[in-house]
Amino acid sequence: MVQGEKKMSEFKRPDGRKNDELRPIEAKVGIIPNADGSAMYRSGDTVAIAAVYGPKKMHPQHQQDPSKGKLRCTYNMLSFSVSDRIRPGLNRRSTEIGKITEWALDPVLDLSKFPNMVVDVHIHITQADAGTRCAGINAASMALAQAGLPMKDLVTSVAMGKLDRTIVVDLTKEEEDWEEGEGPTDIPLSMTKDGKITHLQLDGKISPSQLKEAIDLSRKACAEVYEIQKKALKEAIEKNE
Amino acid sequence: MNEENFTPKITGDRIKAYLEEGKRFDGRTPDQFREIKIEKDISKKAEGSVRVKLGKSEVLVGVKMKVVEPYADSPDEGVLMTTADLLPISSERFESGPPKFPAIELGRVIDRGLRESGFIDFKKLCIKEGEKVWNIFVDIYSLNEDGNLLDAGMLGAIIALKSARIPHYDIEEDKIDYEKEATEKIPLSEPPISITVHKLGDNFLVDPTREEEDVSDARITFGISGEIISSVQKGESGSIDLEKMKEAIDLAEKVSKNVRKEIEKYLD
Repeated sequence: MVQGEKKMSEFKRPDGRKNDELRPIEAKVGIIPNADGSAMYRSGDTVAIAAVYGPKKMHPQHQQDPSKGKLRCTYNMLSFSVSDRIRPGLNRRSTEIGKITEWALDPVLDLSKFPNMVVDVHIHITQADAGTRCAGINAASMALAQAGLPMKDLVTSVAMGKLDRTIVVDLTKEEEDWEEGEGPTDIPLSMTKDGKITHLQLDGKISPSQLKEAIDLSRKACAEVYEIQKKALKEAIEKNE
Repeated sequence: MNEENFTPKITGDRIKAYLEEGKRFDGRTPDQFREIKIEKDISKKAEGSVRVKLGKSEVLVGVKMKVVEPYADSPDEGVLMTTADLLPISSERFESGPPKFPAIELGRVIDRGLRESGFIDFKKLCIKEGEKVWNIFVDIYSLNEDGNLLDAGMLGAIIALKSARIPHYDIEEDKIDYEKEATEKIPLSEPPISITVHKLGDNFLVDPTREEEDVSDARITFGISGEIISSVQKGESGSIDLEKMKEAIDLAEKVSKNVRKEIEKYLD
C-alpha cells in the first residue's frame, strides 16, 4: 500500500505505470478445441478465457425468439482466481456481470439470420487482479469473431478509474483498494472502434466533467486493445491456413 | 445431454472391431495414455494450481486453504474438500446450473482417491486441537472435454497439492496474511494415480477419447499409490466377468507405473 498524502501533482501509480498506460496485454484466439470460437485475454495479472457455442437451438423453448437469434452470456470466477476462495457456482455478482456482458456485445452482433437460436458465450476468470469484466468482454468479443458470427465490429473494454483526483486507465486490485484523498472510483466501460459505448458502469465519486475526461481518455486505451484483439484474430487465421 | 452430439452406434461398432485387433483410431495401443502436458502455477491467487492436458482433454485444478474448526470426530485433523465442475465452456454437452451427477461423481471419486491413499497427512494440518485446523480445497474445472477427465483431474489434484504453499496464518488476528510469502509445503507422501479402465465388448482400454468413452460398456477407476490400491469405483451398468476383473486390476497397476514415471518431474 502507498502511504502518506498524495497530491495530484506528485501522484504515482504503485506499479510505476503512466496514468494512461495499460498493463502488459496478451491475447490468444482458439484456445478451446471443442468450442466454435474461443479466446484468452490477459491484462497484467488478470486472465479471462471465453468460449462460444452456437448458434444452436434455444432451450428452454419459451425463450425462443422467432424474429432473431439470442446472445446469452455467463461470467464466472474460478474458486482459486482470488485470495479468499469463492464457492464454485453462480452468485448475484456473476449473474449481473453476465448480463452486462451480453448488453455490451449484443449491439455489434447480427443474429437476424438465426431465428429461434441461441449463441452461448461462457466467460471464466482464472486469475483476478481487477478489471475482470473488461478482460472477459475483450476475450468474448474475440471468441465471437472467431466463431464466424456476423459482426459489425469488435467490442473493446477497459477499466478506467479515478484515484484521488487523477484519471487513470486499467486499475489493478491494489489501486481499486486505494483509500487516499477522494478514494478510488471504478469506471469499467466498453465501446466499438468508432466510439459507440455499449457498456458503462461506475462505483465511487466523480464530477461530471471528470467523468467526461475519463470517457475521452478511454478512447485511446480502447484503440490500443483493439489492435491487440485484431492481431490475435489474424494470428489464429494464419495458423489455420 | 443433446442426443445429436452422441457418438453413433456405427462408430461404436467400428471402435470395438478395431479393439478386437488391439488397435485404436488414434494409433495408440489399448494400454497407452495420450501425451500428458502439465503447466504449473496458472493462478497466482491459488496456493497451488495446474493445467493438465491429456491429449485434447484439459482441466484446471486449484488448491486453496482456509482455517476452520475441525470436525468433532477428528479434532486434530485437517479437512479436505474436493469439488469438480464440468463447465459448459469445455463441451456443448455440459450445461450451466447446479452440478449434475457426472460432476458430483468426479469430485467424489477424486476426493476418495486423495483421502484414502493417505497422501495428505491430516494430523500435521492441525493448528490447535479441537479449535483450528487447515481446510484444503481442491477445485477441478474442465476446460476442454475429450474423455477421461477423471484421471486428468486426479493428476491435476496431486500436482496442484504438491506445488502448493501454505499461506501465512496469523493466529492472534485469526486471519491469513497473503502479503507474507508462503514457503511451507503441504505434508504429503506417495501420490495416488487414478487409472480408469474401460470395457468395450470383451476388451479393455485406458485413457479413452470422448468417442471411446461414449461406447464404453463399463468403467472401473482405481486409485493406486505405489503398490497399493486405495480406492475403486465401478461405473456404468455393464458387468465385468470375475476373471476379466483380475485382468483389469493388472492393467491398471501396469499403466499406473507408466503414468507415475511420466509425471515424476512435476512432483517436486
